Amino acid sequence: MSRSTIIKRSFSAALPQTLPILTGFLFLGFSYGFYMRSLGFSFLYPMLMALTIFGGSLEFVAVSMLLGSFAPLQTFLMALMIQARHLFYGISMLEKYKNTGWKKIYLIFGMCDESFSINYSASIPQDADRGWFMFFVTLLNQFYWVAGATLGGIFGSIISINTEGLEFVMTALFVVIFLEQWLKEKRHITALIGLIASVFCLLGFGADSFLLPTMICILAGLTLFKKPIEKAGGLQ
Amino acid sequence: MTLSQEIITIAICALGTMLTRFLPFLIFSKGKTPRYIQYLGKALPAAIFSMLVVYCLKDVSLLSGSHGLPELLSIALIIGLHLWKRNMLLSIAAGTICYMALVQFIF
Repeated sequence: MSRSTIIKRSFSAALPQTLPILTGFLFLGFSYGFYMRSLGFSFLYPMLMALTIFGGSLEFVAVSMLLGSFAPLQTFLMALMIQARHLFYGISMLEKYKNTGWKKIYLIFGMCDESFSINYSASIPQDADRGWFMFFVTLLNQFYWVAGATLGGIFGSIISINTEGLEFVMTALFVVIFLEQWLKEKRHITALIGLIASVFCLLGFGADSFLLPTMICILAGLTLFKKPIEKAGGLQ
Repeated sequence: MTLSQEIITIAICALGTMLTRFLPFLIFSKGKTPRYIQYLGKALPAAIFSMLVVYCLKDVSLLSGSHGLPELLSIALIIGLHLWKRNMLLSIAAGTICYMALVQFIF
């Protein structure tokens, strides 16, 4: 089989796997672009942030950070904490990403939750190449996200509907992610540590500066209660 | 924020993200992952999602304005709908539309 045939077959195998992500990323990406536009940002912001950061939760949080005062250390820690789960996607993909040549760099760069999930779990047809398959899954997913964010950013500036309240899409996203996580857990000790630390620090430090103390409290809480948390067996 | 501060903020987000994606490949290509790091990876996400929900609601005032009612009602709808249908996009879309309708027409 020729190289171009293998590449084509890998693409044909990858495309249908990404269709659910097409729907989700176009909607969320569009909301994200539209949201940024409604706050006065040019479509270039969501487009370039979708290209360079490519992590939905952090991109939404980054909007609030862009609207706040300049806080590089807090931004960096927030990025690390929101994205920390990627460390463990990476550990899971150490083997699978081996021997993929130059594509490996892009596979790691574009390893969002969805690309990781598909690349980790998909059964790849015999006539397709694993490296090319994973490459196309990652590329298509990022394409959907960037396209959605860009369209949302452009469309938001053309249509003139009342967007008041659209920013709630971010709250809705995190409530659903929180709920999904809650439903998956047997025990909720870690979620409650996060909740108590956040509410306590919000009340103590105020809306503008509670994140950093919250993060420290969470790390301290998880470290202090490591034994009971592990013993309770509530971790996945 | 000035333009250069904005660019730095976005670059830091990209850098932080790439650090978390590339680091395991740079460190753990050989040898075993330390147990404490394995533990944090399992324990952190739930705590972070709690923090993110609180972060989104940090500017809601319970004592003035609409007293957080649009947020409360929309989140109740999201939770109810999600427990019923378990469809992420549906829950997010319905909650957002509900909130927009509430703040635009009622409160």
